Amino acid sequence: MERPRLIREDGLRHDGRRPDELRPIRVSIGVLNKASGSALVEYGRTKVLAAVHGPREIPQRHMLLPDRAIIRCRYHMLSFSTHERKSPAPSRREIELSKVVREAIEPVVMSEVFPRTAIDVFVEVINADGGTRTAAVTAASLALADAGVPMRDLVVAVAVGKVGGVLVLDIDEVEDMYGEADMPVAVAPSIGLMTLLQLNGVLTREEFREALKLALKGATQIYEKAREALRDRYMKVKVEE
Amino acid sequence: MSHTPSPAVITPRLKANTIANMLKRGVRSSGRTLTDYRPTDIVVGYVQNADGSALVRLGNTVVVAGVKLEVGSPYPDAPSEGALVVNAEFMPTASPTFEPGPPDENAIELARVIDRALRELKVVDMSKLAIVPGRKVWVVYVDIYVLDHDGNLVDASSIATLTALLNTTLPKVEVDELGNVRVDRSVRVSPLPINNKVVTVTVARTENVLFVDPDLDEESVVETKLVIAVSDDGRIAGIQKSGSGGLAEAEVLAALDIALKTGVNLIKTVESKVSEAASGHSTSTLN
Amino acid sequence: MQSQEVQRVLVVPGEVIAEGDYKISTPNYVVRVDRKYVATIVGLAQIDSESREISVIPLEGCYIPQPEDIVIGYVVDTGLTSWELDIRAPFTATLYAVDFLGRPINPAREDLNKYLTPGDTVLARVEAFDRNRGPIVTTKGKGLGKVVRGTIVEISPVKVARVIGRRGSMYQILTNETGCEVTVARNGRILINCPSRELEEVLVMAILKIEREAHIPGLTDRVKEFIIREKVKRGLIGGETKAD
Repeated sequence: MERPRLIREDGLRHDGRRPDELRPIRVSIGVLNKASGSALVEYGRTKVLAAVHGPREIPQRHMLLPDRAIIRCRYHMLSFSTHERKSPAPSRREIELSKVVREAIEPVVMSEVFPRTAIDVFVEVINADGGTRTAAVTAASLALADAGVPMRDLVVAVAVGKVGGVLVLDIDEVEDMYGEADMPVAVAPSIGLMTLLQLNGVLTREEFREALKLALKGATQIYEKAREALRDRYMKVKVEE
Repeated sequence: MSHTPSPAVITPRLKANTIANMLKRGVRSSGRTLTDYRPTDIVVGYVQNADGSALVRLGNTVVVAGVKLEVGSPYPDAPSEGALVVNAEFMPTASPTFEPGPPDENAIELARVIDRALRELKVVDMSKLAIVPGRKVWVVYVDIYVLDHDGNLVDASSIATLTALLNTTLPKVEVDELGNVRVDRSVRVSPLPINNKVVTVTVARTENVLFVDPDLDEESVVETKLVIAVSDDGRIAGIQKSGSGGLAEAEVLAALDIALKTGVNLIKTVESKVSEAASGHSTSTLN
Repeated sequence: MQSQEVQRVLVVPGEVIAEGDYKISTPNYVVRVDRKYVATIVGLAQIDSESREISVIPLEGCYIPQPEDIVIGYVVDTGLTSWELDIRAPFTATLYAVDFLGRPINPAREDLNKYLTPGDTVLARVEAFDRNRGPIVTTKGKGLGKVVRGTIVEISPVKVARVIGRRGSMYQILTNETGCEVTVARNGRILINCPSRELEEVLVMAILKIEREAHIPGLTDRVKEFIIREKVKRGLIGGETKAD
């Protein structure tokens, strides 16, 4: 595939977005029946499902902690979620991202409420078009909220990229593949905590500051969507007359 | 599945409190300040049979990294470029808590963080590693073994990796008329082509204190680490937040400043060690 | 008649409920960050302006056992001297045979499966639960023990309070209007015994309506009207009581 033009003559991106524009974000809560909590999060064509089971006892008792719950997390891609079929065996990337996603949600979960239990978070990437780990973090935190696990804040995430020399918000797969840098960021906005920060690419100190500012701006918009979705579950219940 | 780690070794609360309180006062049991890096001892070319290698001692943490070059097929999307493979293993020798077996999530994360920094900064000039363009190229295997664990394995590994790559030389190759490649490792033709240099610098956070290069005792009170890859020209070549905590924006920027300053100096140390070794002054061994 | 409903606000994790100095009466569901009081759960927040107390009633979440709670458990395992019960908590509960049978037993001679076996239902009271041990339940007490008849309706444990209502008002309506025996266990399992199939149907529908609309004011009156309407539909009472 030839390298596409990432920033057009008119300053817009290859898909027509402004540099600081998110893809359409869709959030649905409680989409599964058997899970304690669940959420489906879409960033454009990226589609990620998260399910939470627990807090619960688990057979692997040696893993449990006496003073708090442990969080177990699996980030997993469906074999047909990518252009080339993804082998069902866990890849090194999935193993790393399972850890990164867990460590992004762990700082806000009040695990001390459920000692000697496990809270399991399963993230399934259904369709991958860039930003799967950030959508995964948003989905995981919403599934936890839906499960009624106490949390100091919701965590939402978004990636900023540098493409064609321009810093852009919420990069998709094409921008990730052909761009110069990809920086996923997760934030708990109410308590001002960054819980995931990766940089894949090269930035100067000034570019990094700009990128961080852009990420926080995008995260604030996603945060509002996420809160709205959680409230909507109750607001939309109509009284039967 | 990734799960909240249970403390491999329980640190007595009194000891943890002592460490945390000292850090809050800006001092450390080793006598270091918050921004002091431990002394790094680098042995260039430690493994004779490797194409490039280094033994790095960062305080009491010991890592050996080696490079092996093999003739392989190029990736279809880069037919005339070499390939890079980075792998890390935490050896059972390094800690009573390390088990033999395939790399766990920590070893995989470490290898991938270093791999990304090397790739993004184009540390190795892959375009010069084709042997028969489109068919045969050099594959650069970087293998990292952690031999002794006293904290900050990522930085020790990244220093060892950079040193090993700078120490690597390409063996002589002959290509016959059928396109078969024959490697003669007894003859070295040139150094591995290098564009840029990179190391990681780890800044840790406990409560509200930031400090560089945590040792193992200090890691027991650390909730969050920021691993920052720094290039020789002072740019940021990668970041990885690790651990079950978070950071405020101001802390991230402060950590960055510490890392940029430390990283550029570390690269200078590596460069001088490598050039020393090239001029024949190699020193020191494992013990 | 206007029922007395306290002003409640729907909150989500991270949402600031108030600023200043308050007392927190539901510590797991409200945390203080500097001078702000932040919700940690999806729920209904309420501030008592007189006592300056902040509380959040969760709308989602699992059952957390507390001593004295009446619970309905399902036997999931039989041990040598005790049974393990699923009580919808993060932990299974233990029921000791000594407690259930009221006498010591010799595990070498007696198989506990004779008395209770996996799949059985038990109405019990939580005797002890702390952070070191799983919950222990007892069947000593009036009406407690193995459940042999009736139907069980499951609702979210956090909605149980609404089925009981203020000073038992909702519970009164449910029992008075249907004539059913209703035992509401704290873990969201409700045991019902009704005079007829039709009344059972009406009662189950009413309980599920409470669960669904728990956060919408005016619930008590709505449920009462709902039961009457459903009874009329089934010809259980004359239509003239609601002739309009």
